[in-house]
Amino acid sequence: MIRRPPAWLLPATVLMALVLMLLPLPPALAPARPAWMALVVAYWVIETPERVGLGAAFVIGLIADLCVGGLLGEQALRMVVLAFILQRFRARLRFFPLWQQSAAIGAILLNDRVVASAVHVALGLGGPPPVAWLSPVIGMAAWPVLFLALDALRLRLRRA
Amino acid sequence: MPPYAGPLPPARTGEVVETLRLLAYLVVALVLVVLDHRGGWLRQVRTQAEALMQPVRLVAGLPGRMVERLADDAGTLGQLTDENARLRRELLVNQARMARMQTVAADNLRLRALLDAAQRDRLDVQLAPILDVDLDPTRQRLVLAAGSGDGVRVGQTVLDAGGLVGQVIDAGTLQSTVLLLTDASHAVPVTVARSGVRLVAYGDGRNDALRLPTVPTSSDVRVGDALVTSGLGGRFAAGFAVGTITALAPDDSRAFLVGSVRPAAQFDRGREVLLLRSGAPAPRAPGAAAANVGTPPPATVDASAQPALPPPAAAAQAETPSATPPLARPPAPPPAGGPR
Repeated sequence: MIRRPPAWLLPATVLMALVLMLLPLPPALAPARPAWMALVVAYWVIETPERVGLGAAFVIGLIADLCVGGLLGEQALRMVVLAFILQRFRARLRFFPLWQQSAAIGAILLNDRVVASAVHVALGLGGPPPVAWLSPVIGMAAWPVLFLALDALRLRLRRA
Repeated sequence: MPPYAGPLPPARTGEVVETLRLLAYLVVALVLVVLDHRGGWLRQVRTQAEALMQPVRLVAGLPGRMVERLADDAGTLGQLTDENARLRRELLVNQARMARMQTVAADNLRLRALLDAAQRDRLDVQLAPILDVDLDPTRQRLVLAAGSGDGVRVGQTVLDAGGLVGQVIDAGTLQSTVLLLTDASHAVPVTVARSGVRLVAYGDGRNDALRLPTVPTSSDVRVGDALVTSGLGGRFAAGFAVGTITALAPDDSRAFLVGSVRPAAQFDRGREVLLLRSGAPAPRAPGAAAANVGTPPPATVDASAQPALPPPAAAAQAETPSATPPLARPPAPPPAGGPR
């Protein structure tokens, strides 16, 4: 049996992440928004590495940039770095228990935040507000939920 | 547990190839970032590409609208009656104020005629709803649910009831983007309404403060002074409220004062903003008149370009020609002159 999720599931999750990125939050909390797109890309890199590699991560990052209206290429850069790290540790990550997996994802998201801040500081745009460092923590907490939900969805779609 | 189905562990050469690919993508991304930061041709391309993302933003804006509608529907009779009474009172006060302003405007017009200084004193604005979506939090921007199809153009001045909000930097077909005064890359030429001293107010990247980095120590500027746009530079018309100075302190060199300004506009997401359509309704600040006499009225839009505007979409906006939107906020004079 071929383990292959339906082709529309990836774009659908990307779209969902885009909407989640744009949803209005109170201005004080907006920088702490979890990096939904990073979580979704992480899921697909771990689960279907033959479909989502560096190239796909780059393209998804560009789309996110256009949507959010940040610097063009910033998210692309972050997604590529994230995908690369995940590819390296994929074999181990896949068989970690869920809490350990989330911890690893938290570390990767923290790195993502550092890359973003580095880009901003290098261009003289100023560092992020302190609240922004909450974002990886929230992302880490959201990972098990997202992972289980997407896995369940994929399984159900495969059976149907 | 499903069997391991990924590719075989990569060989050494595979790793090298993958690293090279990573480097290639990183270089491309960095080049994009730097080019975009510098502005130029890439920004044009991006504007086009962002137009493709409008539907996504539209979808993301839906929850906000639904909440708004729910809040409207869920308002109890008591609340609505209270609100109605309050609005009625405000209307009354504003109308009284406006009536007084009209005589002042008429006087002004007569005096101007005596001076032979022809000036268009009509405030032509259009109402544009705000699309409630969060963009990149490191930049201070706003998305409007009205685009070039509704007559929005790049460079238009954006106002709210309090005062100046910012300017349109990008007009798609359905949506447009507004750069707020408070964005770190934004600067607006202002005058102190009381003394006519001219300054430049810079955004600070926070939504509750502007910065006046170089106020000469000898200049007549005090805490509590109101700032209005000076009209210099030609981008903003003169006389719109920008904010009030909340603090002044000497900078490190002791040669200048550094001021902090509380913006007059409410950036906490009202539901609508006003887009200034015509170029130059240029009411002057009372004290600034003497200092600014030599300044030509900024002409951002050619008068002949007006009729070429597409007709406004019915639901999205309400045109109020020669009307006085609630801009009057002392001590800045209302930017609305009466009809000629």
